[in-house]
Amino acid sequence: MAVLNMVQALNQALEQEMARDSDVVVLGEDVGVDGGVFRVTDGLHAKFPNRVFDTPLAESGIVGTAIGMAVHGMRPVAEIQFSGFVFPAMNQLVCHAARLRNRSRGAVHCPMVVRMPSQGGVRALEHHSESVEAYFAHTPGLKVVMPATPYDAKGLLTSAIRDPDPVIFMEPTKLYRSVKEEVPEEQFTVPIGKANIIQEGDDLTVVTWGSYLKEVMDVLTKAEKPSVELIDLRSISPLDTETIISSVKKTGRCLIVQEAPRSFSVSSEISARITERAFLSLKAPVQRLAGYDLIMPMPQGEHLYLVNERRIRTAIEQVMTY
Amino acid sequence: MPRLVIEQYDPLKGQMLQLLDEKGSLSGKHQPMLSDEEALRLYKVMRLCRVMDQKALAMQRQGRMVTYVPTAGQEAASVGAIAALRKEDWVVPAFRETPGQIARGMKLSEVLLWQRGNEQGFSVMPSYRMMPVAVPVGSQTLHAVGISWAMKLRKEPLVAMTFFGDGGTSEGDFHEAMNFAGVFQTPTVFVCQNNQWAISVPRSLQSASKTIAQKALAYGFSGVLVDGNDLFAMHLAAKEAAEKARSGLGPTLIEAFTYRLGAHTTADDPRKYRKEDDVKAWIPRDPLVRLKLYLEKRRLWSEEQERSHHEECDAKVEEAVSEMERTVYEEDAIFMHHFAEMPPHLQEQYEEFRREAR
Ligand SMILES: Cc1ncc(C[n+]2csc(CCOP(=O)(O)OP(=O)(O)O)c2C)c(N)n1
Ligand SMILES: [Mg+2]
Repeated sequence: MAVLNMVQALNQALEQEMARDSDVVVLGEDVGVDGGVFRVTDGLHAKFPNRVFDTPLAESGIVGTAIGMAVHGMRPVAEIQFSGFVFPAMNQLVCHAARLRNRSRGAVHCPMVVRMPSQGGVRALEHHSESVEAYFAHTPGLKVVMPATPYDAKGLLTSAIRDPDPVIFMEPTKLYRSVKEEVPEEQFTVPIGKANIIQEGDDLTVVTWGSYLKEVMDVLTKAEKPSVELIDLRSISPLDTETIISSVKKTGRCLIVQEAPRSFSVSSEISARITERAFLSLKAPVQRLAGYDLIMPMPQGEHLYLVNERRIRTAIEQVMTY
Repeated sequence: MPRLVIEQYDPLKGQMLQLLDEKGSLSGKHQPMLSDEEALRLYKVMRLCRVMDQKALAMQRQGRMVTYVPTAGQEAASVGAIAALRKEDWVVPAFRETPGQIARGMKLSEVLLWQRGNEQGFSVMPSYRMMPVAVPVGSQTLHAVGISWAMKLRKEPLVAMTFFGDGGTSEGDFHEAMNFAGVFQTPTVFVCQNNQWAISVPRSLQSASKTIAQKALAYGFSGVLVDGNDLFAMHLAAKEAAEKARSGLGPTLIEAFTYRLGAHTTADDPRKYRKEDDVKAWIPRDPLVRLKLYLEKRRLWSEEQERSHHEECDAKVEEAVSEMERTVYEEDAIFMHHFAEMPPHLQEQYEEFRREAR
């Protein structure tokens, strides 16, 4: 089996799905000749010259026209160059993509994928390091996924393209090339809405997603105790409540590690669901190690915002010694 | 008002205003609105910008800067346009505007700070009546319209000048800015730095319009195509547009026809999408080469002076770099300035941050 990084896995998923289904088209800024600023669409324009489009520089235009294509039977995969630049397209996503199925009472739907590099840790300039998943997860009608491994990236992107509804597909830039693993050459899917139990354990449930999965794993491999059950969400919405709740019922403790700012976030929702459904199993309050409620600092200050080994250790200790 | 020069050039016919040709000669049709001394001063500024650009690129390669945005080739468009402004006017830039910042009088070390990834580099800008660089493409154009609208409401004889790229003209915000400016007849000068590329996307794929200047016509005001590598043409167009705006006659769009000689940023490899020969064709049209030839012909400048000015620039840039590198990142500042008053939940997080820092 070939060992791929996330960029290669995503590229393979796109290429194979384009070969399988002639309705799949790719559009976005610099995705054609240049192959995307992160090279995720590298080579696709050469293979499918009439189905890969360098668009004008306009996110609302990219997403709005993708909606139209989806309505007329295509399977557009739109790229937003960085999630920090998705905001001109919010109107199209929130007011149209998310709502079409419901407001037409099922007559029209919107099978499209909007891919976007996300999150920080790569010392990029302003607006290139944000974690914006909560905006989308808060919008009824949108699915939101964020793979943290090359295998999941390929499987989830294939699922997302085949999904009958709009999927926001967030790619942690920090993991694009830093993690490699074996990925099957043939097509496969990873279901949307299913979390992945990375390792089983009895004392503590740790829930995370995106670029922090690697941070947490690095800490866990260095210590045997406590016995941690580690869950990678993979899908943010729909959230795999079942997997989280049954784990917390077993361990009685939960730590959520999230890169995005703390308030009104995905970790807030997870914490609420645990309190609603596993309250009597809890031996300690649900603990959150989340971003400060700050504008993401620029590269020189980025490390002050992001978690590190020490902060993860301290959080684990706190929840274990409550 | 006598017919303005900028109104004698029809963008629909692709007519372009140029005063100084590639050989450094004036065509003679229009006279520069800059004196010899001013031209010389601006040449020196442009050279300083180029020296700084080269230095910053070298430093980025050594890992001493984060991503750097090069500006070589676009100095005349920025410096010429900004020279037409008063100190009280506002400048609203995009992100490729180091020459504009220098022309506006910003300290070199301050200019370098944000490209090094330190927000402190933004904090001084209002004193130059210049907004911080705007990275979300096209978004800043609306702010210029708002600023100039406020100037008009307050009956101040001032203008706002905004810069944006050819790619920026595709964003909805740009069209909304143009429309508001037309409807409210705001004293706005729109300057499009058409450097022919938006990362890998050529100008021809950005818009089916033959020129960008002609877009102004649809919004009810005039647009002019200008040789953006000609300092005199850029200055003249900007001067006329600014004075027109000051006297209550509304906005103008200037399309500065120029070229991005370098990569998009240091993270970009242009060999993927453009031929070396395309770039070579623009080397003789370098705005600095042309102006230098002109100044030499008029015996205002010599190789000797060039050498000593270059040395002076090197020294200035070296000093700025060491000042920039001495600037300590203010860690607590990431918590400050979110609101006039820090709300309780943030106060709590700040205290936690302080405790952890120890
Ligand atoms: C809203 C938004 N979308 C995408 C980007 C990423 N991006 C940065 S610069 C750029 C191209 C800009 O082209 P142009 O406006 O011509 O300016 P130039 O880079 O040529 O100066 C892109 C796509 C961004 N900064 N903002
Ligand atoms: Mg451009």
